[in-house]
Amino acid sequence: MNGIFLALAGMVVFFLGYRYYSRFIAERIYRLDPDYVTPAHRYKDGVDFVPTNKFILWGHHFTSVAGAAPIVGPAIAIYWGWGPAFLWVVLGTVFAAGVHDFGALVLSVRNKGQSVGTLANKIIGQRAKILFLFIILILVLMVNAVFAWVIANLFILFPSAVLSVFIQIPLAIWIGYLVYKKSKNMLLPSLAALATMYIAAIVASRVPALQIDLPRYFGGEENIVAFGLNGVAMAFFVWIVVLMIYVYIASTLPVWKLLQPRDYINSHQLILGLVILYLGLFFMGGAEMTAPVYNADATTPWFPLLFITIACGAISGFHGLVASGTSSKQLNKETDARFVGYLGAVGEGLLALLTIIAVGTFFATQGDFLSNYSSFAVAGDIGLGTFIQGAGQLAGGIFIPADIATTIVAVIVVSFAATSLDTAVRLMRYIISELGAEYKVQKLTKKHVATTVAVGSSAALALLPQGPQGFGSGGYLLWPLFGTSNQLLAGITLLLITLWLKYQGRNYLVTFIPMVFVLAMTLWAMARQLIFDWSGLGGAELNLLLFLLGSVIFVFACWICLEAYNAMRRSSQGPPKDQDASM
Amino acid sequence: MNFDLKKMIEMYDQVLRQGHRTEIARELRDEDDLFFILCYSEMLGIPNPAFYYTLELYPHILERFHEWHLRMGMDKSPINGFRCC
Repeated sequence: MNGIFLALAGMVVFFLGYRYYSRFIAERIYRLDPDYVTPAHRYKDGVDFVPTNKFILWGHHFTSVAGAAPIVGPAIAIYWGWGPAFLWVVLGTVFAAGVHDFGALVLSVRNKGQSVGTLANKIIGQRAKILFLFIILILVLMVNAVFAWVIANLFILFPSAVLSVFIQIPLAIWIGYLVYKKSKNMLLPSLAALATMYIAAIVASRVPALQIDLPRYFGGEENIVAFGLNGVAMAFFVWIVVLMIYVYIASTLPVWKLLQPRDYINSHQLILGLVILYLGLFFMGGAEMTAPVYNADATTPWFPLLFITIACGAISGFHGLVASGTSSKQLNKETDARFVGYLGAVGEGLLALLTIIAVGTFFATQGDFLSNYSSFAVAGDIGLGTFIQGAGQLAGGIFIPADIATTIVAVIVVSFAATSLDTAVRLMRYIISELGAEYKVQKLTKKHVATTVAVGSSAALALLPQGPQGFGSGGYLLWPLFGTSNQLLAGITLLLITLWLKYQGRNYLVTFIPMVFVLAMTLWAMARQLIFDWSGLGGAELNLLLFLLGSVIFVFACWICLEAYNAMRRSSQGPPKDQDASM
Repeated sequence: MNFDLKKMIEMYDQVLRQGHRTEIARELRDEDDLFFILCYSEMLGIPNPAFYYTLELYPHILERFHEWHLRMGMDKSPINGFRCC
């Protein structure tokens, strides 16, 4: 099949989903009211609560939720063939993610703009809050360890991208200074910064001296450098340590100094990347999907693992946090929620769709694909690298040379991963402080103590356990756990929306069905992996770290299901707890 | 349909600026809050050598006084004679 047909088919389903399904939900289920006074108006303070134009809010919401995760998941999941990945991305976006993001937004708007964490506390109970904090803590710990390895791996695979990524840091600080201290416009300096980064990428692609290739400096795989580490392992060690020092500094600095201006530059990259790659695909007249529709030789079953491998890109709990955390406080009219929430999910679906096409069209023949994607573990290892090369090939459609395009795509992916990394470290710091306050461990509430715990545990997770991809990939082992925790979060959010709809006496099946599906897949996948892959029972090899962490998440998931059952039971007996003023 | 490039660029800029707007507004508000505390310190019982001069500012900041004391966790105006709520 031609990649263009796949792109068009996906776009048509997204369009129909938005045009008809989201309208049905908006009018019949969520019953959006154009006259409802949203929190943005009711609590308008010029800071958090500000009525915002729906196009601007959509753009902001989309750039906040899109990152490396909708690329990583589909690039690995195509191991089972592009068919299952395509179906889950498209149908998952339309029937699960769209409803979830849209619902989180509406639920929050109808509850004073409060976040899903606070609402879980109110609707399910006090225990839900602590549960929520622990799930997010595990989630961000995994993101830190996994993304540190991902970035280190990309630096090793694409040394020509390193210079651009490092140039971005002083450029971002410079923009932060211009904007916050000199009140200058941000658009032109950030475009200039982006141009500088890409010029550096182009030059570095062609000038080997500018490529920071640590394994080569350390004498390659054969050369033992120190502590029994060869050149490649040493390179991983150095990059992970450098990244950890960087995130420590980045997450303790005021956000306006580095993180925000860098996010601003990265938003250009997201939009530019999507435009270039889709244009490339269409201009080159498409490329043939050489990945099989269904990989019958896959030794790891796709059902239910696919649904936790592709989290962002189909349904993601993180979106609910953004929708209820910031977007709901800026919604001008309640009817805008459909555009912002549902189309935000569609935007990320488009990124995941592009990943499937880029990876699926990269190999020359189906045999090449199958020999490269030989197992699920190998797919985890090569997925992202294949996406970068596949995307480089697509960019050739608009006459960008392959080596330069590959370097630029690598820069884009590393930038996204770095953003996720330092946001996650910052988030982890906040959660550790909050848990410290909750359990009266005063020291943990201190900024530097909490950051040290966050960075130290992330580095230990990355470096101490031996992952399937060698030294430094300990965190990468945990990617299935990332999917599980993220889906668990999405399940809780869907549960909250379902309960809210039930309290209102409305048809709650549109959120109840995806909730049951997502929670069932999460529990099934986790139980399967715990028993058959990590427990050490039967033929399985014992993986203590995964077994312990996985068990914790499994217990949480069961706990949530019981709480959900209780809350559903209570909802049919007790009075509604809704704070909805207009009902 | 009118294709207005300038308007589109403006909107694009605002999209990317949205997250930063909140942060700038928060920083400005924090600075303002500190300034308000300095201005009203004498009335709160903290000696302020510049009290005589800050008095002149009161008519200009009176409108924002109500929001400030709410943010500081005081439901009613802490200062007698200020009839803001």
